[in-house]
Amino acid sequence: MKQKTIFIVTATVLLLAFVAGALFYTGQQEEAANQLAVSNRDALVRTHSSIAGKADAPVTIVEFLDPACETCREFYPMVKQIMADHPDQIRIVLRYAPFHPGSDQIVAMLEGARHQGKFWVALETLLAYQINWTQNHAANPEAAWKLLGGIGLDMEQMNKDMNSAETARVIAQDLADAKTLNVTMTPEYFVNGKPLPSFGFDQLKALVDQALADSKAR
Amino acid sequence: MTHTTPTGWTLIFSAWLIATVSTLGALFLGEVMGYTPCLLCWYQRIAMFPLVLVLAAGLFPLDPRVVRYALPLALAGLGLALFHLALTAGWIPENLKPCQQGVPCSNIPVIWFGFVTIPLLSVLSFLLISGLLLAAHLKGSK
Repeated sequence: MKQKTIFIVTATVLLLAFVAGALFYTGQQEEAANQLAVSNRDALVRTHSSIAGKADAPVTIVEFLDPACETCREFYPMVKQIMADHPDQIRIVLRYAPFHPGSDQIVAMLEGARHQGKFWVALETLLAYQINWTQNHAANPEAAWKLLGGIGLDMEQMNKDMNSAETARVIAQDLADAKTLNVTMTPEYFVNGKPLPSFGFDQLKALVDQALADSKAR
Repeated sequence: MTHTTPTGWTLIFSAWLIATVSTLGALFLGEVMGYTPCLLCWYQRIAMFPLVLVLAAGLFPLDPRVVRYALPLALAGLGLALFHLALTAGWIPENLKPCQQGVPCSNIPVIWFGFVTIPLLSVLSFLLISGLLLAAHLKGSK
């Protein structure tokens, strides 16, 4: 039947056009993101950035993280596991991307903890008990403050460091770098300067494995 | 009766074609390009997406009464799209804005050729679909 043929051909053409368009677009986006990261290498790591792992590890993961972000919380132990699976091979650079309401206050607390050498303890505590200080994707700085009171920080000093001009500058710098690198969602990862082709733990793992293989081949 | 008039079929098929292109376009903007649909966009999607299936079902075999089921959707969508267009164009004051959280409906993520926005495309789609369905209805009642 002629009408049926017209219908089926049209539907097929439209679907194929959609798929082809999607493939083309994502390919272009991936290329653009890679290009962006290459031309803005200095935006990936700043002197104030907290780094864990061996300093001369061949693989560097740069993570843009929002402490109030649930997916960041979920990914954190998984990334830690990758690092544990390859001792001395991977280091992680942590960047702030406080996109959630109130999260800039939490990041300021992390900065305060960093000045006392307790950045990672503070971060892990905040992530582990995230449910206690976030509601409806908004951070509750008072609850977070109470939580951090229990990890042996000098809270008076912390209060000073949190509200310093230097802390404000660090947060502004990280947000500006996130903007430069087109980081719009958290967590976002760059492995040896390469952004994730698409979001997902498998994609991150593949990128890390690739970087590890590359470093061994050298 | 005019059940086999090619014109009636062609009119409804054209309406289906516009609905399908619009649906795929909306999915492309949302799922591929990553634009989060605002609240009004979702309501328009609710009116647009079913048209693809409802109109297709009315084509085989041709059932001119499909207009009775499809036209309310198209008209509702047209109303929402016009409201959305008025909002983005600034013809409606801010305080009438129905969505505060997430993506504001007055947000204009894309402009093609300097004047084509997503709400404008939505208005055009719903307008064309409504027109074609009305034409099919008039054809059928003759």
